[in-house]
Amino acid sequence: MTYPTKTQLMSASAALVLGLAAAPLMAQDVTLTIESWRNDDLSIWQNTLIPAFEAANPGIRVVFAPSAPTEYNAALNAKLEAGSAGDLITCRPFDASLALYNDGYLASLADLEGMGNFSDVAKSAWNTDDGANPFCVPMASVIHGFIYNKDAFAELGLEVPATEDEFFAVLDAIKEDGSYIPMAMGTVDQWEAATMGYQNIGPNFWKGEEGRLALIRGEQTLTDEGWVEPYRVLARWGEYLGDGFQAQTYPDSQNLFTLGRAAIYPAGSWEIALFEEQADFAMGAFPPPVRNAGDTCYISDHNDIAIGMNAATPNADAARTFLNWVASSEFASLYANALPGFFALSNEPVEMENALAQDFVSWREDCESTIRSTYAILSRGTPNLENETWNASANVINGTETPEDAAARLQSGLESWYTPAN
Amino acid sequence: MTAMDPGPKRARRWHIAVFLAPAVLVYTAIMIFPLFATLFQSLFTRVEGQQVFVGLRNFTTLFGDPRWSASFWNALWNNTWFFIVHMLVQNPIGILLAAILSNPRLRFRGFYRTAIFIPTILSFVIVGFVWKLILSPLWGIAPSMLDMVGLRFLFGPWLGQETTALTTLALISVWQFVGIPMMLIYAALLSIPDEVIEAAECDGITGWSQFWKIQLPLVLPTIGIISILTFVGNFNAFDLVYVSQGAQAGPNYGTDLLGTFLYRTFFGFQLQLGDPNMGATIASVMFFIILIGVSIYLFLIQTRLRRYQF
Repeated sequence: MTYPTKTQLMSASAALVLGLAAAPLMAQDVTLTIESWRNDDLSIWQNTLIPAFEAANPGIRVVFAPSAPTEYNAALNAKLEAGSAGDLITCRPFDASLALYNDGYLASLADLEGMGNFSDVAKSAWNTDDGANPFCVPMASVIHGFIYNKDAFAELGLEVPATEDEFFAVLDAIKEDGSYIPMAMGTVDQWEAATMGYQNIGPNFWKGEEGRLALIRGEQTLTDEGWVEPYRVLARWGEYLGDGFQAQTYPDSQNLFTLGRAAIYPAGSWEIALFEEQADFAMGAFPPPVRNAGDTCYISDHNDIAIGMNAATPNADAARTFLNWVASSEFASLYANALPGFFALSNEPVEMENALAQDFVSWREDCESTIRSTYAILSRGTPNLENETWNASANVINGTETPEDAAARLQSGLESWYTPAN
Repeated sequence: MTAMDPGPKRARRWHIAVFLAPAVLVYTAIMIFPLFATLFQSLFTRVEGQQVFVGLRNFTTLFGDPRWSASFWNALWNNTWFFIVHMLVQNPIGILLAAILSNPRLRFRGFYRTAIFIPTILSFVIVGFVWKLILSPLWGIAPSMLDMVGLRFLFGPWLGQETTALTTLALISVWQFVGIPMMLIYAALLSIPDEVIEAAECDGITGWSQFWKIQLPLVLPTIGIISILTFVGNFNAFDLVYVSQGAQAGPNYGTDLLGTFLYRTFFGFQLQLGDPNMGATIASVMFFIILIGVSIYLFLIQTRLRRYQF
């Protein structure tokens, strides 16, 4: 074996150094990095969305760099403060992103052409309170409702319930039969109880936007009937949730349903893709039942995800090109079909192939849409109304706190820092 | 040579400073500086993006505001209970196991020692996840094992009930860490000279009375060290609760320790934005609690412990 001479080594390393230095000069591509919490969507971005964008926009490369959902907010804040965040920022709805905009980390998109494709309601989750400076391009919303096992319903001869009484009659029938757990939900993770429970059935009681805005204006309080009654209904859920629901986690609930052991699953539409993949029985969906037949129905059609631009990005032009593409109907159609259950927010209608997703989105025609009551404005202080609602909903279903006590506690917590503007 | 004697000039011993420097610098950078930075941060608050000095106001909020103080005292009591369970269960079992293991007639001693110690080296994430599965009312083996011996009625969703969740977590932690007191006591028992034991036997002290009268007093300083390690470890605990119950430390904050309370406050959670200044305040209070506990041990207990020189 011969060893390289000193000269050879020197020239080799010199070549290496020159090569490294030359590399950026040769590549004229701009690379955009997307910060996101949707690590589940990595393959959709890499295989569908990014190739479609790069094919239409040569010279711009896009890297999707997600982190874990529970760590995203903290990690993103740290990166923005340190100046190391990506060019494009996936936006949480409402105050978390508004805080980023107010701190100067997100750029205003008021003059982005693509923003014209969205209604004010769609933009409401990523806008300043005066509506003048939208700062993220809306991507999708999620709708709440109930997914049910069609085969189980057929086997037991059950009809889809439209009213609350029918709903509990169905639950009683399933319980009596005994071959299925009536409803799959646990309380140990708390957010299931609040999000799939309270925010799912609640809009029918507080009348959607009407009640939500009245709460923000201070014309209603959380101890009013419209806000306590959903807790009374939730308190009845406990007996239908199966043995040991107090220690049942969110993945437990998903598995119970997809394994065919539970008949009804209080759901968010984001479950559709996973359920279609895992369940080997037919599934259908119904909206939260109304109190009396013929009542106006309200659904939670919650703005969930958007994308904005890091104010400090050196590649602002390329980032704006990308954001305009996100606002296009091409993106809306690709995204809604790649991720059934995430519904596009753009004004142009999007064709969807998934039947379950069509079920969910069809409710928009008959029912009034609203967003989750605790997300806008009311969760800006401490104690945080959304987080306290998790706790209260779980307590009420566990039977450790009465609906009235829970509502009174939430109201006094809210009052301690929130004064309605007028 | 007396102090008055000028004597030959002694060379400055620079090598001492040089050898100490790396440790001192690293320790200062990663321990001392952050500690003081945290204490300092707790004296400020953020007003319109600026850090403003507010003196002890964060502390008066923490102890004076009904909500903050309720959360704090809840977390402190939970933490104290967590510590009590460790002191009452983990350490006595550790001592007992060590006493059994040090019995020369016991077979497979090495195996038992290793098997009991292994959970200690597992990650919290694994321990939390495995126990969550074992205790799951849906797929766990705990309900079916109880069923086999006809005790199914004793089973409950222990991690989901406010009354049982914290104790269950404390016992899981005991399971994980019982190897530490066992090993330390075991080492201390082995270091007792055979002559002492033989002398005791000559005086007719054998079996359990030998353990109580001879061995236990000799390992008392080690038990003291174990107690203080348990105290510091428990009041810094966070991982197990975070892994198995989440940062909200449910049900109904029933498993909220000072560590999870600090995490939620400092980093924020879900829609709650982080508040580094209040977080630093809680961290400072935790530091003082541990400081006081350790001081009590050092000045009141350790000085009174009798040590035996062999």
